Formats: sequence, structure tokens, C-alpha cells
Amino acid sequence: MTVRIYIPRDAAALALGADRVAKALAGEADARKLDIKIVRNGSRGMHWLEPLVEVETAEGRIAYGPVKPSDVASLLDAGLLEGKAHALCLGGTEDIPFLKNQTRLTFARCGVIDPVSLDDYKAHGGLKGLEKAITMAPVEVVKEVTDSGLRGRGGAGFPTGIKWKTVLDAPGDRKYIVCNADEGDSGTFADRMIMEGDPFVLIEGMAIAGLATGATKGYVYTRSEYPHAIAVMNEAVTVARTAGVLGPSVLGSGRAFDMEIRVGAGAYVCGEETALLNSLEGKRGIVRAKPPLPALQGFMGRPTVVNNVISLASVPVIMDKGAAYYRDFGMGRSRGTIPLQIAGNVKHGGLYETAFGLTLGEIVDTIGGGTASGRPVRAVQVGGPLGAYFPRALFDTPFDYEAFAAKDGLIGHAGITVFDDTVDMLKQARFAMEFCAVESCGKCTPCRIGSTRGVETADKIARGVEPEKNRALLADLCNTMKFGSLCALGGFTPYPVMSAMTHFPEDFSPAPLVEAAE
Amino acid sequence: MNVHVTGDIGARTLAIVSDLKGLEGPLLPILHEIQAEFGYVPQECLPVIAAELNLSRAEVHGVVTFYHDYRDHPAGRHVLKLCRAEACQSMGGDEIAERVKSLLGIDFHQTTLDGAVTLEPIYCLGLCSCAPAAMLDGEVHGRVDADLARELVAEARR
Repeated sequence: MTVRIYIPRDAAALALGADRVAKALAGEADARKLDIKIVRNGSRGMHWLEPLVEVETAEGRIAYGPVKPSDVASLLDAGLLEGKAHALCLGGTEDIPFLKNQTRLTFARCGVIDPVSLDDYKAHGGLKGLEKAITMAPVEVVKEVTDSGLRGRGGAGFPTGIKWKTVLDAPGDRKYIVCNADEGDSGTFADRMIMEGDPFVLIEGMAIAGLATGATKGYVYTRSEYPHAIAVMNEAVTVARTAGVLGPSVLGSGRAFDMEIRVGAGAYVCGEETALLNSLEGKRGIVRAKPPLPALQGFMGRPTVVNNVISLASVPVIMDKGAAYYRDFGMGRSRGTIPLQIAGNVKHGGLYETAFGLTLGEIVDTIGGGTASGRPVRAVQVGGPLGAYFPRALFDTPFDYEAFAAKDGLIGHAGITVFDDTVDMLKQARFAMEFCAVESCGKCTPCRIGSTRGVETADKIARGVEPEKNRALLADLCNTMKFGSLCALGGFTPYPVMSAMTHFPEDFSPAPLVEAAE
Repeated sequence: MNVHVTGDIGARTLAIVSDLKGLEGPLLPILHEIQAEFGYVPQECLPVIAAELNLSRAEVHGVVTFYHDYRDHPAGRHVLKLCRAEACQSMGGDEIAERVKSLLGIDFHQTTLDGAVTLEPIYCLGLCSCAPAAMLDGEVHGRVDADLARELVAEARR
């Protein structure tokens, strides 16, 4: 009997040698005349264990990791194909605490199935949401999404159902669904993982959005830095089109929806929805003033839903299991689950999907296991390059849109980057300004010029030039950028800068210049 | 990586543009194809694109220069990209970058004199849980330490 062995094709696994492991295993199995089939799945999200090799046994899937090519022979000797013991054996995959304690709704299939097998997708509950949506009136689908409490997972947290309602009600001969997969924030990789590990869930979510709003064309705008995700998405779209999931009659409903994958060209600001739309239209990625809202005049001036990958990928489970099922997870106005991305200097880095409400301390210390370097955690940046740095003193903050806003932070796309005590917070504040200067689209003055002045001012503080005056100047500059910028790039760059200055003032008071020794 | 331009740039550009101009918002897909064809975006392409898409040459120039990905001259035979973003910084990415620069004897955005390697910064490869990250000719590498950095440089030099 053929034994199925899973070795991820996720970029994080590849970066740690998954292709070499797969090649070594195929070669060794061939030499030993073993009957195996290697399935290249997505990642389970336990990146410190990658490459994670799983074998399917009568008792379920057994995991081994992290596996190096040189481990393959000894794994086979020990009885890998029967899931036998080995120093690298982690037991049943689903029993690993990091995975067992999660609530996987959006990522239910990621790492489990062959990403480009529609049969696998259907066998694991795929397409049920779309099938149900087809039987419903568009307004009912929109209501279901609204009732679920789903909010934009890209960072803004705007209620997804309300955005859809606006597009549904907007007059237009053509409407569009645009998926924002321009995941440029450092510390985030959930979009990449879902595109590489379960692309059909995104396709299904976009098709549902199309049926719900009357849009017939969808675009996924992703990053040139994600070649693996682009390849998987393109393959999956072709499969979906061939199978009639996409096309002139979605699943035989008589209603059309099709989509294309588009690739950006290395501009961070294109993650901002209006800059993204300009880029998609073939223009420079310059931010547009709002109004008009993209929901009314978006791509090509037509009503357009712009949603993040995770927002759209969460729709199928909501349609399948119902709004109430999804809404019952979470806290306050943050309903459902959030895929936390635990990154940076952390022992157990990876993706952890859970209901809103865990404290930052639980996430970093308990789930993440503290730093990889073994040194104390000093700062945690939540929400990417535009997110605030949190000190240990704020580790009791629950993971929730409003709770983070109340502490002058944001959850953003739920990326959590951990730093140990060697971090220099003045340097991090300077980097935030430098990044904004490099990536500013240039349309508004506070962002374009403010960021460059910010770098210069941070440098003066570092050199000990009138530190008190320059700290006040930096704070004033941040205030101008926050309230005067057109979009979140200039508007949110003050978050990392001000949080670093507020919570780590000692790094902004460098020792006064020492007189040269006599 | 570095494709030597032979033949008529204008004619090859026209073929690419004709192929893609039916798309909604075709300019970025066209520029990606042109860069894949020539290894950079030659100036000679711009008037052809502008005429075919009914844009001004200045508009096309504006788009080409806005995006970091498009090159105005060919890269080295290999392109090594090092992630410079926060998650990689937290794992010593800055030290790795300095090491690689000194091994290659060049700074970011430069190419070694023998034309072998171009070194570029990149802001996030989405490998933030296995930082620092690098990409050599489209192949990704995680947890880049001093040894792996040396191997990557040696591989790129070949």
C-alpha cells in the first residue's frame, strides 16, 4: 500500500530546506524500493519545526521535525513509514500542544491538504460555503457576513459586511472584488501561508463576495516577493476554472465570476487600498483621497470590494457554519478568530489561529516560549512597521482591536515581532521613519518630508545634540504626520516612533558626549 | 539573470505589449514581462509602450521609476536580496548584511566588478518566523547565520 508522506511547499519550509528533504526522501525511497507518495502540503505553522515531515498512518498523521536531508536514512531505518519512534518524532501532529490549543477556522485545511487538489479541498469541507451562498439572495449573504461580526483583517478592522452592502447597493454596470494580498508588513505571513497552503479557500471566499455584491470579476493583488504564493494561486485558479468553480456559471448557478492574479512591483504603499487600486490600473501606486470610497468608485471607477486575504478566506466557514458559530468566538467587538503571526526573536515562531482575547503576555511568553536567543523579552512590535512597540509592562493587554487602540497601539494584520534586550529602541524609531521615507508615495507633505526630517531628528538625538529639544521636535513631527497624512503610511509611522519614545525613554537619552581623554 | 539584449528591442516590446494590452490595467504585467525578457526595462521600450497604450511617455516613465522592482540597467548574473525589516533585525539581520557587504566588497544596490552578484535590500519576504531571511535568484533561505551567509556569497560568486 502506498504510504502518503507530507513535506510542505510553504516558503518558510522551503527556506529551511524542505525541497532538499523531499529530494533526499524520494531518492532514498527509490533505492529501498519503498512505495511512498510525497504530498507537498502547506505549512502547519510551526515554523521552528520546519521542515516538518508527516506520515499518514492508521492512527492519524505522525510528525517529525525539524528534518534535515541527512536525517532521512535514519528516519527510514527507524520505521518512518509506520510512524515509529525516532529522536525527531513529535507524535501525532494534531496532539502537538501548539496546534492542539488553536481554534483553526480560516486555517482549518492549511498544512493538511494538497493545496492544489480540489478533491482534497472538497473532502475537507471545501465549497460548502459557496454552495450555500448560491441558494441565497445576495442581500442574505451580505447579512450573514455582517452578522458574523467579521472585521477587516488587513488592519483597519472595518466591518466586512457593511463594505459588501455598500457595493451591493451601489449602481454599476460592472463591479469588482479586489483581494489585497500585498502583505508587506514585517512580522506577517498569514496571507502568504493561506495562498500557499489553501488557495481554494481564498478563491471560494472571493466567489462568495462576487455573488453577494453582484461583482463578476476578481483580482488578487499580491507581491513580487512572494513567488511561491503566485505560482500556487495561478495553478489553483486554473484548476478552479476547469472545474467550473470559476467562470460563466459558478458551480452551475448561471451566475458568473472569474478572477486573475496580479503581481505588484515592490512598493510597500500599494498595500494601502487606494494605492493598490491605482497600481492595479497600471498607474504609480499613489494614494487617492477619500471620498469617493472604493466601494463606490474603486477599480476603473467602478464599485469595488477591497478586502484582505484573511477576511475573504474567513467567509467560506462563516457561510458554511453560520454567522452565529463564528461570532461566538472572540471578545467585545472583535468577533471570531485571528491568525496570530509570531515572529522575530522568538523560540516558537509561526502561525497561531485563536479567538480574540489572549493577552500579549500569553502570546509571547506562553505560546511563543520567549526569545530564541534566550535573553529577556524587551519589546514587542504588534501590527507591522506601522505598529507600536509594547514593553513588558503592557503584556496584560488583550488581543482585541479596541484594547490595543486604548493603549496607543494597533493589532494591524496581527503580526507580532519579538525583540530581546539587545534592541536599541532609538534605532528602531529611526528605522520606522527611514522606512516611511523610502516607501512614501510622495503625495502628501507630512509623510514625504516629515519622514526624512524624522530620520534627521532621530540622528541628532543619537548624537546627543540638544536631546531635549529634539525629542520635543520629534513628538511634534509625529503629531503632524499622524493627523496630517493622507493614509496610514504617514499616519501610523508615529506609532512605532512614539511608543518607543514613551515606553523606552532611556534609549532616547544617550550619555552626553564624553570629553576626549587627556 | 542578466539577459544580453540582441535583436530589435522595439519589436520584442511590441510583441509583449500586443499580447497583454487586452488586460484591464495592463501596464504592470507588461513591465514585468519586459523585465523578464531583457533583464531590465530598456529606455527604448517606453515610447513603444506609450504609443500602444495611448499614454504619454512621461506617464510610462513615472510608473517605471515609481516601483523598486524595475531596473534601468541589467543586474549581475545573480541577485542576492537580504531582508532588512524588523523581524530580521531582531535576529541580527543588520550584522549579516554588514558581513555580506564586506564579503562581496559592495554596498546595497551595487554589483560586483566581475558582474557576478547584485546585492539588494528587500523589505520582508514573509519569512519572519525564521529570520534573518535572504533570497538568491528566487530561492529563499531562512535563519541565515554567518556560515550560511558565506555559502550564499560563494554560490552567487560562481
